[in-house]
Amino acid sequence: MYSFHYIEAKSLKEAGDLLAANPDAKLLAGGMTLIPTMKARLAQPSPLVDIAGLGELTGIELGDGKLVIGAATKHHDVATSGVVKKAIPALARLAGLIGDPQVRNLGTLGGSVANNDPAADYPAAVLALGATVITTRREIAAEDYFQGMFATALEPGEIVVRLSFPIPRRAAYAKFPHPASGYAMAGVFIAGTANGVRVAVTGAGPGVFRWPDAEAALAKNMNPAALDALVVAADDLNEDLHAPREYRAHLVKVMAQRAAAAL
Amino acid sequence: MTTIEVTVNGVNYSREVEDRMLLVNLLRDELGLTGTHIGCDTSQCGCCTVHVDGRAVKSCSMLAAQANGAEIVTIEGMARNGALHPIQQAFTECHGLQCGFCTPGMIMAVAGLLKDNPDPSDEEIVHGLEGNLCRCTGYINIVKAVKRGAELLCGNGDKSSRR
Repeated sequence: MYSFHYIEAKSLKEAGDLLAANPDAKLLAGGMTLIPTMKARLAQPSPLVDIAGLGELTGIELGDGKLVIGAATKHHDVATSGVVKKAIPALARLAGLIGDPQVRNLGTLGGSVANNDPAADYPAAVLALGATVITTRREIAAEDYFQGMFATALEPGEIVVRLSFPIPRRAAYAKFPHPASGYAMAGVFIAGTANGVRVAVTGAGPGVFRWPDAEAALAKNMNPAALDALVVAADDLNEDLHAPREYRAHLVKVMAQRAAAAL
Repeated sequence: MTTIEVTVNGVNYSREVEDRMLLVNLLRDELGLTGTHIGCDTSQCGCCTVHVDGRAVKSCSMLAAQANGAEIVTIEGMARNGALHPIQQAFTECHGLQCGFCTPGMIMAVAGLLKDNPDPSDEEIVHGLEGNLCRCTGYINIVKAVKRGAELLCGNGDKSSRR
């Protein structure tokens, strides 16, 4: 690992000021992506501003039809929270499928959403549930927030503070994990909301995306069989040594049907 | 450099560390606790698993500076007064290891698993140990050892009386 300067931020304000004053600075929360990346010398940020311990970023609260989760909340805490399990059980289940137990004990919701790995699990839930990303500067709708591979609407120095998830009528997530990394080869989150059915797909494409055909089919008939006739276009999907794009297209449909069966 | 204070296996330490020092290097190189192994060094194998504030983490993927103020338990902190920890005892009884390289991390991961779920099913054990690789056993005896460890931890050492 290249040398860098570590600073434990005492407040969000201090973290924001450090980011503003240092163009090479980066935030550190769980570090489950960033530290391995730095060890591989693929990134050399400095200073590293640790925000994991900030009280302003913690907490799980339910109210007004919304579940609000602090950005520094660890995957384990989302997975095991009684409040999350009751309000949006699919979200707790999704959190329990991320990486492995050691990763879930450090990795955070905000870190996952800020990094926007195309194979990460949380973006599927955020987009399907129509969540709002609340930052130090504004509120961003999920639709506007995710902008393709590792790209988000976040501006330099802007920090994710919490996420607000509208409570769906019902929801389910199914993923085909890569057997070694646990990342989604394809993951599908289906949410039945007051504004209709929303289906979000992660892992298969260059970034999380909605699948309008599946949404229309499930709106008519919330049943796995409703997706039988649909074909997922493979053209824009990812292809790598783990799977050709046609296989990922197949997985998207299978995962969508599994999620629909679990609704 | 950053000054950190940690408690490791009940002993308080204060050290000045390089900002980029990993927790596993603090434990092994600074404190001489070489029971925590470095296997893959890419956060996959889990050999370096230790507990930080009661939760299992991979110490090769965490900075020593991030552990400032934390209470850490390593494999050296598991046995008490010369008696193996029940999970260590279970691995011994069930032959849950061959070469033993993964075992310290395995034991710490199992301790974390059984804390959350004192009576896991086979499937829950496999899911709960996804962060640890063993290249020898094929995991069969590790799963047995976890079940035996669960029995010993709940104070039921007599296999026959359980289910």
